[in-house]
Parts: sequence; structure tokens; C-alpha cells
Amino acid sequence: MTRRSRPLSFYILGALTVLFIAYVYAPMACLYILSFQGPDGGMSFPMVGWSLDWFRMLFSGSGQGLGDIPTAFERSIRLAVCVGALTLVISVTAGLAYRRRFPGANFVFYSAIASMVLPGIFIGFGIALSFNMLGWQSNWFTSGIGAQLTWTLPFGLLIMFIILGRFNTSYEEAATDLGASARQRFQWVILPIILPGVIGIGMAGFTSSYEETMRTSLNVGTGNTLPMEVMGLLNAASTPVLFAIGTMTTLVSFSLIIISLLVMSHIAKCRSMRKPL
Amino acid sequence: MFSSPRLPRILPSRGLSPKLVSVLQVTPMALVYITLVLVPLGLIFVVSFLDYNFAQVFPELYLETWIDTLTSDLTLSLYLKTFKFLIIVWCICAPLGFAIAYFLAYHIRTNWVRTLLVAAIAIPFWTSGPIRMVSWVPLLGREGLVNQTLMGLGLVDQPVSWLMYSEFAVIVAYVQMLTMPMIATSLNSMAKIKPSVIQAAEDAGASEWQIVRDVIFPLVRPGLAIGTVIIVTAVMGDVFMVKYMGGSQVNTVGMSIITDLNAFMYPPAAAKSVLLLFVVLTIVLALLRFADIRKELRQ
Repeated sequence: MTRRSRPLSFYILGALTVLFIAYVYAPMACLYILSFQGPDGGMSFPMVGWSLDWFRMLFSGSGQGLGDIPTAFERSIRLAVCVGALTLVISVTAGLAYRRRFPGANFVFYSAIASMVLPGIFIGFGIALSFNMLGWQSNWFTSGIGAQLTWTLPFGLLIMFIILGRFNTSYEEAATDLGASARQRFQWVILPIILPGVIGIGMAGFTSSYEETMRTSLNVGTGNTLPMEVMGLLNAASTPVLFAIGTMTTLVSFSLIIISLLVMSHIAKCRSMRKPL
Repeated sequence: MFSSPRLPRILPSRGLSPKLVSVLQVTPMALVYITLVLVPLGLIFVVSFLDYNFAQVFPELYLETWIDTLTSDLTLSLYLKTFKFLIIVWCICAPLGFAIAYFLAYHIRTNWVRTLLVAAIAIPFWTSGPIRMVSWVPLLGREGLVNQTLMGLGLVDQPVSWLMYSEFAVIVAYVQMLTMPMIATSLNSMAKIKPSVIQAAEDAGASEWQIVRDVIFPLVRPGLAIGTVIIVTAVMGDVFMVKYMGGSQVNTVGMSIITDLNAFMYPPAAAKSVLLLFVVLTIVLALLRFADIRKELRQ
């Protein structure tokens, strides 16, 4: 592009973008700051001193109408790890299937789209109803994981399509010419190339599971996940302890995202320097 | 189909045919969809036609539920309310998303600045939904910053009460959440427009506005359609946002299903769900006429 003076539209749209970013960030910024509210402070500004009291209450705080945040957190993480791992494995294998034409390809693809666009409440209710009719007990390990997979797998498949759309098949052809078997091709050629994307699928599965409420809420059986516990607290608690939970969960998701980005860039770096992993 | 590999046909095909391998690879995913989406879907459909009393469903045909659902004024008013939210939210999110995406794609000339801005817009969406909702209290609540400012400026005598726990608050929260997908899908479509196309329009003497209207907008329509699908499903299927931000005073389709479920009234909940499903799918299928999802995923 040639360097010209900026048109008026640049400034208008730029201001709009900045305002939008402020609109998105302002509430979150307030929440983080207010979570360090002093012990006598409330849910609005001004700050009445600074303290870590609300975080302390979070960890020790059962019995104050707080439910059981640490247990709910642990349950959420356990669920998210299972869902992330299953999403990774199932999506990657299914994605590989789409490199060829096969009977039923459209059926699975449109099922995935349906699973994604159907209202979450509908899927959640459907699974709960099925379990109810079969006389099975809802349980985080069965219906809970299942309900979340209906949400994470379609995204996993779509990400796989994007990854494979960018995959240069000539590497694979070269491996075939050199006499590699199907397993060797996958293990030594395809997987290393698509690995960053595959990690991305696992992470997407993990974070979606960690945050999902609509499909999960009817299907985890006894005991809440963290977002559900927070939903329950929204109307009950009116202290900055809610904000402390917000700051904590944000820290958790952020550390995970940063770790996975570091891993991905490490892989990319190793590859560019042609070092073994 | 997707990039079909042009593999030489001399592959050592021991045993399994390639088609069968594909079918086996896709089986786990297919099983999840069949057992957890399609079978429950059928079951909900069946249950909506059954008789019931408290906490029990009898295997007897009972059409009253459907007649009630389809003829009651309540259903109509619930859908009107939900559509009202949908239309207001779309009318804000779509132009806003398109404008910001256009700014990022065509006005930002440096790559890293663009990446930084996209990241800045995307990052807050890794915070969980309930937390994002409660974060509006310090701003919009009775003693929130907005009210403090308004009172400090002497514009109002007492706190404005409709800022939080109201339809206004619901819309504010929806727009905050749903503009990002619109930006993402528009940006994705804009990235596919060849710079030479824009250049040609410029050389032909088109103004910036003409380029946006006659070149970019038509080509970004698939992205806008997919963004709209996301907004439609999020708003139509939402319960929690309306419940909390609306302060339990705003009733929508999703809320009424939850109310029935909490009272163990499964057949009415099922009939309402099927109706909701029908409405959502009709809108989504109409929108997908504008966009081929598979094409959009290609680079």
C-alpha cells in the first residue's frame, strides 16, 4: 500500500474500535481491582482499603453461604481434562477420515453442525431425559462428559478441517515414495506437522469444558462444576468474594493458554532449527 | 470434499480398503452425535406427545400439550420478547462487528498491531460466562460507576435503576459477548478478498465508501451470515444471561423451558424445546443459504 494521509474514516473507525475494547475490558478491569477490596468494602467502588481477605475466604470459606468452591473447582478441572483429551483424540481421528471420500461423510458433518447450533438447553435436556428414561443416574463421568463432548467435538472437527486444509500433501507423498507404511506416515510425517493445531484442539476442548454451563448443568448429577457453583452464588452472595472467584478462574485459564502457546511456539522453534523435539 | 490427497494408487493396501478406514476413523465421533444428540432429539419429540402428571410421564398419546403450546398467548409473547432481543442485539453487533473488522483488515497497515488488537478483542472471552455477568455490577449497579458519575455530574437526583437487572442490562451483556464472533467471521471473509480486487476498484476511481458497499460487503456476506448464526443460537438458546442480567424479571423462551424442567413437567418442556428447535433451525438453514461453511474453512 502506498503511504497516504489517513482518511477521516480511519479516525472514526479507530475511535470506535478503541471504545469497543474499553467496553469489553471495563467491567473485567473493575472486577479484578475490586477483588482486592478491603474487608469492609462492597461490590462497588470506592475501594475501602486493600486486602486478600476475599481470596482467603474462597479457600477456607465453606459455611458462609459460599458452597464449596475448592471442590467444585477440582471437579471442573477433572472434567475438563477428560473432555480435552477425548476431544483431541476423537476430533483428530475423525478429521483424518475426511481426507478421503467415504459413505456417511455428510451425515457426520451435518450432525456436527447440528450439535453445535442446537440450543444448549435442548441438548442438555435431551441427554438428561434419555438418562431419566433409561433409569440411569446422571453422573459427571458419563452424562457430564457426554454432554460437554456434544459441544467440544464439532469445534474440534472444524479446527481439524482448517489444519488439514493447510497441510501440504507432498510431504506425505514423499514419505509414501520412500516406502513408509500408513502408521509411519502418520507418526513421522503427519502428526509432527499438525501437532501445534492438535494441541490447540485439546486446549479448546479443555477451556470450553471448563466454562460450559448450559449443557452441563442438567447432567453432572450431584455436585456442581465451578461455573454452576458461581451461578448459584450470583443471587446468594453479595460480597466481593464473587470477584475473587473471577480473578482466580481467569488466572487459571490464562496460565493454561499461555502454557499451551509456549509449547506450540517451542515446537515451531525446534522445527525451524531442525532439532529433534 | 476437502483436500483429497493425491496419493499414488500403488499404496500397499493390506486388508482394509481406504473407505473402510475412513468410516472406522469417524465412528467414535459419529457415535457421540448419534447417542447424545440424535437419539435424545427423537426422544424429546416422542415425549412431547405423551401424557403426564407430577414427575411422571405415561406412555399414552396426549395432544393437549402441543395444542396448549401452539395456541397460547404466552408462547407468542415469549417468542416476541426473544426476537426483540435478537433483533436489537443483531442490529448493534452486525454493523459494529463489520466496522471493526474492516478497520482491522484495511486501515491497520502493520501486521503486529493487527495481531495485538485482535488478541485484545479476543482475550476477555476466555473468562467464564457467569463471571463476565457479575462483572457488570460495579459499573451498572445501583452504586456502580455509571450511577456515581451521573449523580456526581448532577444529571440525576437518585440512582438510575434500569441500568442493571433489566432488559437494558441483558442487551449490554449480549452485545459485549456476541460482537466478537461477528468480528472474527467478518475478518475471516475479508482475509480471503484478494488485494488486487480492491486495487482494481481503486484504480477505477471508486471512493472508499463505494468499495465497502459494492466490493467488500458482498464478499463478506458469508462471514456475516455465519456470525449471525452464532448470534441467533446464542440468544435463542440462552437462559443464564437473561436470568441474571434481567434480574429474574425478563422471561424468554429458554427461561420458560427451564421453569417447566424445574417443575418436572417434561412433556411441556419437550414441546417447547421442539418448537424452539424448529424455529432456530429454520433461521439457521435460511442463513446458511448465504454461506457454505466448508468453503469458509478453507484458507
